[in-house]
Amino acid sequence: MNFIYDPVPWVINWLTQLLLGWGLPINLVNTLLYLVGAVLICLGAMLFTTMLIWAERKIGGRFQDRLGPNRVGPWGIFQSIADMLKIFTKEYINPVGIDKIPFNLAPILAVAAVLAIWAVIPFSETVFGANINVALLFIIAIGGLGEMAIILAGFGSNNKYALLGAFRAVAQLISYEVPMVIVLLIPVMFSGSMGLNEIVQAQKIPFIIYAPVACVIFFICSIAENGRAPFDLIEADSELVAGYNIEYSGLKFGMFFVADFLHAFTSAIVFTTIFLGGWQGPGVEQMPVLGGAYMLIKTLVVYFLMLAIRFTLPRFRIDQMMALNWKILTPLALVTLLVTALVDKSIPHEMTLVRIGALVIVNVLLWLLADRMITAYRKRNPIQVVTGKARPLARPEILPVVEKEAAQ
Amino acid sequence: MIPLYWYLLLAALIFCIGLFGVITRRNSVGILISIELMLNAANINLLAFWRYLYAETGDLRGQVFVIIIFVVAAAEAAVGLAMIISAYRQKQTVVANEIDTMKG
Amino acid sequence: MTGMQILFLITSAVVLFSSIMSVTAKRMIHSALWFVLALLGVAVVFAMLEASFFAVVQVLVYVGAIAILIIFATMLTRRALEDKGDQFNRATLVTLVIVSIIFAGLVVSLKSWAPLQNLTSPLSAEQLNVGVLGLALTAPDGFTLPFEVTSILLLAALIGAIYVAYERKEKKK
Repeated sequence: MNFIYDPVPWVINWLTQLLLGWGLPINLVNTLLYLVGAVLICLGAMLFTTMLIWAERKIGGRFQDRLGPNRVGPWGIFQSIADMLKIFTKEYINPVGIDKIPFNLAPILAVAAVLAIWAVIPFSETVFGANINVALLFIIAIGGLGEMAIILAGFGSNNKYALLGAFRAVAQLISYEVPMVIVLLIPVMFSGSMGLNEIVQAQKIPFIIYAPVACVIFFICSIAENGRAPFDLIEADSELVAGYNIEYSGLKFGMFFVADFLHAFTSAIVFTTIFLGGWQGPGVEQMPVLGGAYMLIKTLVVYFLMLAIRFTLPRFRIDQMMALNWKILTPLALVTLLVTALVDKSIPHEMTLVRIGALVIVNVLLWLLADRMITAYRKRNPIQVVTGKARPLARPEILPVVEKEAAQ
Repeated sequence: MIPLYWYLLLAALIFCIGLFGVITRRNSVGILISIELMLNAANINLLAFWRYLYAETGDLRGQVFVIIIFVVAAAEAAVGLAMIISAYRQKQTVVANEIDTMKG
Repeated sequence: MTGMQILFLITSAVVLFSSIMSVTAKRMIHSALWFVLALLGVAVVFAMLEASFFAVVQVLVYVGAIAILIIFATMLTRRALEDKGDQFNRATLVTLVIVSIIFAGLVVSLKSWAPLQNLTSPLSAEQLNVGVLGLALTAPDGFTLPFEVTSILLLAALIGAIYVAYERKEKKK
C-alpha cells in the first residue's frame, strides 16, 4: 500500500500497527480508530462549513450584483470566523415561557441529523465511515430526525410564529419526501443494492444518463428538503418573521445556521453519490485518492447550481409549492419508476448501448409528455393576474384621505 | 453475549407499561401512544425470536410479521388520529370517556 | 459483562424510563416527545439484534411519520385537557395490580421454557442480506399474498383517514 496513491488507509494501517505494538487488544484499537474517524469527519465538516458560508455569501453577492463580505481578510475570507467569534461571545438567552429541554435539544439534533448522513457517504473507493447495506434508507430516516428538530424548536419556543414555521416546515419536508423516495428506487433498481458503495460501484456510466427525469426530480426535492429558495417558505421573513428559529440567539442560532448550510452541501454530496457517480472517474483504479478529488469537484459543481437557483428564483406561494409536489412531481415520479422498470427489464444488460439509448428516449418522451400536460393545464386554467387597480404612491398629497380632509 | 430472555423481559415490561397506559389514560392520543408502545414490544419479541431461533435456518417469517406490524401501526395511527381530530371538531374533547355517542 | 451487555442495559433503561414517562407525563406533548425517545431506543435494540433494515425502518416509519402525526394531532387538539385535570381515570390502582399480575404470569409461565438461555451464533453476510427478505416478500411461493393484502389495508386506511378527517364545508355554516 502506497502513501501517495491512497493515504487514508495507509494512515489507518500505520496507526493500527502502532497501537497493536503497544499491546492493546484489537477490538479496542478498532473502536478507537472509529472514534477518531468520526471526530475527524465531524470536525472536518464543521470547519468546511465556515468556508462554505463565506463562499455562499460571496457568490450570492455576485449573483445579486453586490460585493458580498469584503472587510475581514483578503476578499473577506475570514468573515465567517469573525461571525463565529461573535456568536460564541453572545449571551445565552432562555426566553420566558419556553420548554427548556426541547428548546435546547433542537439545535443539537438539527446539526446531528445532518452530520449523521456523512457517516455513510463513500468519499473514495477506500474511504468511508460505515458500509451499511441500507444506507439510502438511512439517509431518508435521518431526514425524519431533522423534522423532529424543527418541531422541537417550534414547540419549545412558545411563540406562535415559531410554531407556524415549524408546521409549514414539516408539511413541506414530509410532502417532498414522497417523490424523493419513489425516485430513489430507480438507482436502487439499477445497482441492485441500497448500499451507497455498491451504487457508486455500479456507476461506470453515471445514472444521470440512464435516468435524467429521476435525476431532475431528486434535485428539486433535495432543494425543497433543504428549505432554500425557491422553497424557503419555512423562513419566509415577510410572513413568519423568521420561521421556527425566531427565539434563538447566540450559539444555538449558530447551530441552526450551520445545520442549514451543511444540509445544503450534504444534499449536494448525496446527489453526487447517487446520480453523478461519486468518486468514479478516469484513473481511479490506480490511484484511489483521485476519487476524493473527483467527488469534491462534482459536489462543488452541484452546490454551485443550487446556489444559482437559490439566488435567482423568487419564493413559491404555499399552494404552488404543494401543487408542484402533489400534482406534478409525485405522479411523474411514479410513472418514471414504472416505465424505467419495464424498459430496464425488457432489454438484456449485455446490450449496454441499446439499453442506454432506450432509457434516454423513454425519459425524453416522459419529459415532453409532462411538459405538454402542464402546458395544456395552464391553457385551461390561465394564471389570474391579481394586481388590480394601481395603488396610490405613499405621498401625503395624493392620498385620498388627505384630499378629503383638505376639502373640509 | 446476551441471552434471549433479556430481550423477552424488556419486551414484556414495555408491553405492560403500554397496557397500563391504554387502560388508564383519559386522553385518546395518549391511548394511541400506549398502543404503539405495545406494538413495539411485539416487534422486539418477533425479531428476538427470529434472531435466536430461526436466523440460521433462513426462515424469514419473523421479519415478514414485523413488516406487517409496521404497516398495521401506520394505518392505525393514521385512522386513529383522523378519528380523534374529527371527534374533537364536533365535541371539543379528546377524553375517551366523554366521546360516548355513536352518532355525531 | 461484555460491551454488548452494557450497551443493552443502557438502552433498555432508556427505553423503559422513556416509555414510563410517555405513559405518565402530564402534558400530552411531553408524552409524545418521550415516546419518540422510546422509539429510538427500540431502534437501537433492533440494531443489536442485527436487523439493521428494521432499525432504519423503525426510525423512518415511527419517528419520521407516526410520531410526527401524533405530535400534530396533539397540537391540533391542544386546548382540551391541557395541563389541568387528572390524566388518569379512576381505574389506576386496579390496573396497576392487573398489569403486575399479567407480567408475573408471563414470567412464571415462560420460566421453564428451554430456549430462554439461547445465545446467538454469528450470521453470514448471506443471511443478513436485505435482498433475501425482498425476494421472500414477492416470490409466488413466499409471502406475496399477505404482503399484497397489507398494502391494500394501508391504502384503505389512508383513504379512510382522509375521508374521516376531511372538514366538510356545508356542515359548518
